[in-house]
Amino acid sequence: MKRRKFDLAATPGKAAVGVDDRFAVATPLRKLLNKVFPDHWSFLLGEIALFSFVVLLLTGVFLTFFFEPAMTEVVYDGSYAPLQGTPMSAAYASSLDISFDVRGGLVMRQMHHWAALLFMAAIVVHMLRVFFTGAFRKPRETNWIIGSLLFWVGFLAGFTGYSLPDDGLSGTGLRIASAIMLSIPVIGSWVTSSIFGGEFPGTIIISRFFIAHVLLIPGLLVALISVHLGLVFKQKHTQWPGPGRTNNNVVGERMFPRYALKQGGFFMVVFGVIALMGGLFQINPIWLFGPYEAWVVSAASQPDWYVMFLDGSTRLMPAWEINIPIGDGYVIPPLFWPTVVLPGILVGLSTMYPFLEARHLKDRKSHNLLQRPRDVPARTAVGAMAVAFYVVLTLSGGNDVIADKFQISLNAMTWAGRIGLLVAPPLAYYITYRLCLGLQQHDREVLAHGVETGIIRRLPDGRFVEVHQPLSASNGHADGHGELGYVGWVVPKKMNRLGALGPAIRGFFYPIEKPVEAPVSPGHPPVEARPEREAIGSGESRR
Amino acid sequence: MTSDNDRRRGLLARLRGRPAARSRGRRRLGAAVRLFAALMLAGGAYTVFAPGAQAQDNPPLTGAAAEGKALFDVSCVTCHGRNAQGVEGRGPSLIGVGAASVEFQVSSGRMPLARQEAQAHRKPPLFTDEQTRQLAQYIQELGGGPVVPEGDELREGGNVAAGGELFRINCSQCHAFGGGGGALSSGKFAPSLRPATDRQIYAAMLSGPQNMPVFGDNQLRPEQKADIIAYIQETLKHDQDPGGFNLGRYGPSTEGLAIFLVGIVALVFASLWIAGKS
Repeated sequence: MKRRKFDLAATPGKAAVGVDDRFAVATPLRKLLNKVFPDHWSFLLGEIALFSFVVLLLTGVFLTFFFEPAMTEVVYDGSYAPLQGTPMSAAYASSLDISFDVRGGLVMRQMHHWAALLFMAAIVVHMLRVFFTGAFRKPRETNWIIGSLLFWVGFLAGFTGYSLPDDGLSGTGLRIASAIMLSIPVIGSWVTSSIFGGEFPGTIIISRFFIAHVLLIPGLLVALISVHLGLVFKQKHTQWPGPGRTNNNVVGERMFPRYALKQGGFFMVVFGVIALMGGLFQINPIWLFGPYEAWVVSAASQPDWYVMFLDGSTRLMPAWEINIPIGDGYVIPPLFWPTVVLPGILVGLSTMYPFLEARHLKDRKSHNLLQRPRDVPARTAVGAMAVAFYVVLTLSGGNDVIADKFQISLNAMTWAGRIGLLVAPPLAYYITYRLCLGLQQHDREVLAHGVETGIIRRLPDGRFVEVHQPLSASNGHADGHGELGYVGWVVPKKMNRLGALGPAIRGFFYPIEKPVEAPVSPGHPPVEARPEREAIGSGESRR
Repeated sequence: MTSDNDRRRGLLARLRGRPAARSRGRRRLGAAVRLFAALMLAGGAYTVFAPGAQAQDNPPLTGAAAEGKALFDVSCVTCHGRNAQGVEGRGPSLIGVGAASVEFQVSSGRMPLARQEAQAHRKPPLFTDEQTRQLAQYIQELGGGPVVPEGDELREGGNVAAGGELFRINCSQCHAFGGGGGALSSGKFAPSLRPATDRQIYAAMLSGPQNMPVFGDNQLRPEQKADIIAYIQETLKHDQDPGGFNLGRYGPSTEGLAIFLVGIVALVFASLWIAGKS
């Protein structure tokens, strides 16, 4: 029998045919690989959150190999000398072992913590992008709600993780959490004793938080993230208005190979930044806080940044206690309002915003094109108001550190926060609204009159006028006024940006192409015309 | 006939005059004169004997204290008054604060005060160690009070682990877990422990300067004080920060700042770069 020649070049093709014969995946796969994603830097912010979540899973799995989620009392005998012989919980002792005795443990712990901070920060920044560009409008309201829920579930994940090492800082946080739960009227004491298994701190809370932190909450996060991404796939990504882009198409890059390669590269960048931060910046030095004891509370005990706004609202809340004379008397402590009611209102407002806005504007259309923030001054101003509110609360959460390091009276900081909380948001609204209107007006002005050239001409009667370069050929108007409409995208405002949407000289850090030289003769133009771009279809229509 | 009668009554009676003529007013005048004489006698005796008795209670200042008094009368008297009795609205009395307090305040540059404010700040000290010792001696001899033990290495023999526990219970509430200090109400603050020497920490515990509580020897025994000083000086100051740059050890506030200033900024630039490659 003649031996068949092995053709290496044909192997992948043959294998693919074999797979397709069996699973019939060619058609759906082609559709998937040809799927087009619009390209803009601001669309990559959500990916930062996704990739840091991947890093969280990887480092978190490593940490579970060494962490002991128990409150059993042990005497520390690891290699950190200043705590040797100190009685502590097994959870804290194993956290110390991860930091000092497990090879690579400290950098993993720090990467895990930095990735958690980055996850929440990226969620917030991504959320701001979605908000200010109107990407949450119909048909994407569900994804906005899921995104908001991701923030709050991430908040829980962060808090349970922060509590696990059982050092002085986590115990202080837990104590505050138990006080917040206790402040809920009627059910408070039941909620607390069922979570802590009795009185604070009990002996079970670390084990319970552990299972919530490593199984329940990550499971929920994975589910929400999957639905979030699935909906982005199904509903397609929004895009900026621009040449060739309409409400009914998607202009961008195919999933394979460019988009997939870029995303793979970006994952590496995110991983690298987290690894660098984990190696270079010390985060949560648990060995300095010592084991948690009820009587040990350090100055500058703050929660992680995304919880700090609740700490701030608690610090700003006046001590208004409500006494209700029923039976033996019933008290609603002031803590209830800033830590239970306020987040409740924030969750409600943030998740319901798309519906509130649509109802207010009587807008029932589907929108696949984004809006520049300046073009919707009211929404942009409301967003600025929310940011101002959040920033005042977050700064107030660290007001003792600010007071100490900048030598300001702590009482002055508290009052500045109270007044700022009322004054800053309306001020932010007004200023943002006026800025938006000003930017809009300038866009319209450039469209009507052209770009400022910097050339001043003196007229025979002695007046000076600036020469403007019109953006289009003048149609009959002596002063060069054209009739260009605003399309919702960047209007060129500098001479060297004319004729192209991007900068004249391309390149990020340094120019990647040399500026063209002056033509030698009119017969030999040195620059070739840019090749025409064709719209790339993904094989499916938008609707 | 009257003169015969007079002769029979004797000389004294004649001087007094006739008994019937001796009025109530004159009797009272006499009593006043006698009382005045008695008071003069008692007062005179007191002025003669009392200063001698006082000098026996207060021995003259020793040499160092006299030097200290000279310094005090130049640099401190404006606010703390003559004989360190204090001036209303300017400076407290220093009677009984002890050498420990003087040593802490003067050697850390807090005294002399730059200006009246919520709390004194650490400055480069104005007086040399010798002068500080003289001032301390003067205040000590004025009214007694706590004294820091001899020696510069007061941490000697201290147990770092025990000190850490005591530090977290007694000190970290205000000075924070890393000893970097923290805010108190109305512009007051717990200062950073980083520049403090062994003797200054000991003196601060003994004298409770500014808003710090006093940790006398019956609250923290001298060996416990040595433990705490050992923890501060050997662990907090020489901790090598195994995790990298410590971000000032201000807790999660600066960590939150770092994730935005470093993490988010770096990744936004990365996304600008990646999206620019199309």
